[in-house]
Amino acid sequence: MMRFMLLFSRQGRLRLQKWFTAISEREKKKIIREMTTMVLARPPRTCNFLRWKDLKIVYKRYASLYFCLGVEDEENELLALEIIHRYVELLDKYFGNVCELDIIFNFEKAYFILDEFLMGGEIQETSKQIVNRAIESSDMLQEDDHSEWYDVELFG
Amino acid sequence: MPAVSKGDGMRGLAVFISDIRNCKSKEAEVKRINKELANIRSKFKGDKALDGYSKKKYVCKLLFIFLLGHDIDFGHMEAVNLLSSNKYTEKQIGYLFISVLVNSNSDLIRLINNAIKNDLASRNSTFMNLALHCIANVGSREMAEAFASEIPRILVAGDTMDSVKQSAALCLLRLNRTSPDLIPMGEWTARVVHLLNDQHLGVVTAATSLIATLAQKSPDEFKTSVSLAVARLSRIVTSASIDLQDYTYYFVAAPWLSVKLLRLLQCYPPPEDAALRSRLTECLETILNKAQEPPKSKKVQHSNAKNAVLFEAIALIIHHDSEPNLLVRACNQLGQFLQHRETNLRYLALESMCTLASSEFSHEAVKTHIETVISALKTERDVSVRQRAVDLLYAMCDRSNSKQIVAEMLSYLETADYSIREEIVLKVAILAEKYAVDYTWYVDTILNLIRIAGDYVSEEVWYRVIQIVINRDDVQGYAAKTVFEALQAPACHENLVKVGGYILGEFGNLIAGDPRSSPLVQFDLLHSKFHLCSVPTRALLLSAYIKFINLFPEVKGTIQDVLRSDSQLRNADVELQQRAVEYLRLSCIASTDILATVLEEMPPFPERESSILAKLKKKKGSSKLPDLDDSRRTVNGSSEHAEDTEAVNINVNQTCRFLTEELISTDRPHPTSCSATMLPTRTMGPIHTSTDILNLNSTPSSGASLLVDVFSDMANPAPTEGSEDHFPRFVCKNNGVIYENQLLQIGLKSEYRQNLGRMYVFYGNKTSTQFLSFSTSVTSDIVLSSHLSVQAKPVDPLIEAGAQVQQILNIECVSDFSDAPVLNIQFRYGGTLQNIAVKLPVMLNKFFQPTEMASQDFFQRWKQLGAPQQEVQKIFKAQNQMDTDVAKAKLLGFGVALLDGVDPNPANFVGAGIIHTKTTQVGCLLRLEPNTQAQMYRLTLRTSKESVSQRLCELLSEQF
Repeated sequence: MMRFMLLFSRQGRLRLQKWFTAISEREKKKIIREMTTMVLARPPRTCNFLRWKDLKIVYKRYASLYFCLGVEDEENELLALEIIHRYVELLDKYFGNVCELDIIFNFEKAYFILDEFLMGGEIQETSKQIVNRAIESSDMLQEDDHSEWYDVELFG
Repeated sequence: MPAVSKGDGMRGLAVFISDIRNCKSKEAEVKRINKELANIRSKFKGDKALDGYSKKKYVCKLLFIFLLGHDIDFGHMEAVNLLSSNKYTEKQIGYLFISVLVNSNSDLIRLINNAIKNDLASRNSTFMNLALHCIANVGSREMAEAFASEIPRILVAGDTMDSVKQSAALCLLRLNRTSPDLIPMGEWTARVVHLLNDQHLGVVTAATSLIATLAQKSPDEFKTSVSLAVARLSRIVTSASIDLQDYTYYFVAAPWLSVKLLRLLQCYPPPEDAALRSRLTECLETILNKAQEPPKSKKVQHSNAKNAVLFEAIALIIHHDSEPNLLVRACNQLGQFLQHRETNLRYLALESMCTLASSEFSHEAVKTHIETVISALKTERDVSVRQRAVDLLYAMCDRSNSKQIVAEMLSYLETADYSIREEIVLKVAILAEKYAVDYTWYVDTILNLIRIAGDYVSEEVWYRVIQIVINRDDVQGYAAKTVFEALQAPACHENLVKVGGYILGEFGNLIAGDPRSSPLVQFDLLHSKFHLCSVPTRALLLSAYIKFINLFPEVKGTIQDVLRSDSQLRNADVELQQRAVEYLRLSCIASTDILATVLEEMPPFPERESSILAKLKKKKGSSKLPDLDDSRRTVNGSSEHAEDTEAVNINVNQTCRFLTEELISTDRPHPTSCSATMLPTRTMGPIHTSTDILNLNSTPSSGASLLVDVFSDMANPAPTEGSEDHFPRFVCKNNGVIYENQLLQIGLKSEYRQNLGRMYVFYGNKTSTQFLSFSTSVTSDIVLSSHLSVQAKPVDPLIEAGAQVQQILNIECVSDFSDAPVLNIQFRYGGTLQNIAVKLPVMLNKFFQPTEMASQDFFQRWKQLGAPQQEVQKIFKAQNQMDTDVAKAKLLGFGVALLDGVDPNPANFVGAGIIHTKTTQVGCLLRLEPNTQAQMYRLTLRTSKESVSQRLCELLSEQF
């Protein structure tokens, strides 16, 4: 399973954190610090995998953002890399040419998209269409909120 | 699609976020945040009821502040209120807040659970998904308790929407990981397995994740999944790339599902059914074939997905370890990757080959790539890839290529990254020893190690070379000559001085015939290094000097002068001073004979496995050490190579401890039985903690030495193997190993006084991986808990690889009892949660106080306790040899005083004692009559309380 996903900038600013197991805030901060230092110190064109304690760390840089995934030993590194890529594609589809600012200003959306895609440290839905449809429909719900459409649905 | 602010963007939030981004300093940021927090607080406290939108906005701001790294201590209630909103967007923010900022506040959890319950019952799939996500995100025990029965129901119900099924499967998986005891298997398991046949590939993927995890724990329950998984896999790998529509990822058919199915199959041995087996083999062949086809896209995603499936297929092939053809093919395909331009593939190929090297079928095939791997070591730019190359060389090493591999590693060591030097040193030392046909090569190799990377040569390594030299007289002369030559170098590492001092002190005589290395030359050479060395090394050199006095009477005067000098006799360091004084004295007063006896050559060390292995394992943690720790392999790891090293593993911890005991009080390696006990070094024990490799010190009364005590049990062949019930063994003793499996060893040491007891529990991690979330609890059933109280002190939640932690239990006996409390241990090892329950050996007889009494008192009391319910008698067959001394020891261990001269028959035993409980004291008399002819015993117990007589009789009669 995956243990965590972190998004951080080249300057080491954390942009998104998702933890799939319960750990203390202190421990989280320690991991974030170690991941950013470790990953940012890697020279270019090196491999995307690292070992850290009992975990495999898989990371990839997209423009100014690093995506870093901590997975358990039995996980497949290459597919972990593609999980990152698929998430980037989903963000891209939603925001249209996603950039770091989109994630900063719409962090809650970034979480919602991630939740449609991953759950409990496992991949939930690999189809891009289905995930996109789920996110679009929840956006529809938001826009319709003011018309109380949902109340009708609830009692209907 | 709108750009920056999507959906029903919250303008206030966007403004706040830009404010924060515009802050020029950390202080400005904190100030802005505090202002916002004050504002939100006043809004939440205000009289005016907030509308849903504002509540949502403020909760979202709090979340943002929290994610910036600030503490949030309010707003939870408002977030919980949002959960019951019927506006989707408010509910969603509420759930997000709860998921990110879980609080173990139980009042809130109850409210949250209520909201979840409503949403699960809503039959609205969007709401149900939100609720399931929240459970999976929080995953707390209270939630598991509340929903453990509901979620399986949702998962297998016929009318559940696909997306809800997916969430339910993964939610169940999460709860199973956190609270497995709350998720009982049931009739739903069979129906979950059938989800593998579902039309919807998303459902199949989620279900496969769930089944793969559950099957690891209870393979039998999910056996039927094997045939379904093979069928599904076969359909995927033979499908055209577009058949699976959106589940095709860059022209690869359902890579995630394929990998999960392959992982599920790794929970099982190869299928026994021939048809099934051949279908699976076909699948694997197809995957290998497809990997060879020209790529359908130039995108890296295509090759990654394709190769991900390939690597997982290879992992399954290695796991089965039964199809030589597939193994060799796998090896060849990995071989192509060794020179691939993608660094990732080179890395993974090296890693995967490590495991292939431990299969007897593919070991030779792996070896053919030796040149490529060596060149990787020399040319790879990425240190993590080089590290994998070192691992692979280590794994592929055998007698045929050991010289080449060791030479390459040594030469790499000269330029190796500091971060991996120590590990390489250990590996070289192990290989050099393991494959040494000729020990001169071994000695050269180790001396080279010290020369090239002296700082990284740990004590284990140089202790080991000395042990080997002492034990092999064919290499002693060579070793003496070689160290003598090595010491000639103007600057040599202190570790070399240690080895040199020790070896010349023992075997300098073997080269003393040559005038170039005459005794005086040897001494001068050693002494020229003396002043540059640290205290422990100097102490070692002083011992070498006194050994010289014995070996070479002609240098006695010179050495005595050195010992006599102020810098020795008045050295500020007490150890050095004491050695100088004692050695000088010894050399003056002892006759040659006595001197020769005291300073005799070291006897051989008992042969045993190297402690270096343990060190390497400890250092590596869980990272791949292919032939040492691949737990997946052991499932059916039939190859000789693997078993061979498995045996080593088991010995490692033990060895390490033996060594420790031996080395504790000295800075020199010490054989166990030796004349050296007369060396004054022994008197200095505790000072030399620096040489104490496991940080156990040797003061007998300290807690740490208890450990040594406990585990020294392991030396006795009897008790530890198998983790059968060790409980009865503790009736008559207080210390020992109560539980042991492949991962964990639990040792106990306990002491009792009156009605109180204290138990030290030692948890030893036998693996090379940390135990995480380690926790324990002691449980008693209701009856027992009113009679016996056990308080456990907190225990460290993390146990490092190879380490031990101690926990103290305080025990109080309130009144007499017959059951035993249970120690429950839970921890995470690798990915899985381990649960162990051990019956704690706290028995009634532990609260015995022995009572001495005269014969007539005994008989008087015996008569007083004459009521029929006070006496319990049992006649039983002897299970062990009937030995008077053993029986005596057991009775004393049981806790009674043995009374001599009471029973007219001297072969019988009579004992007395008092059981102390908080409420009462129960006097107890016993008589044990052995009948050696019949091989029977008769045991009679009289106490003032029937239940006590019964229980004591049960306990004691099992012991003979």
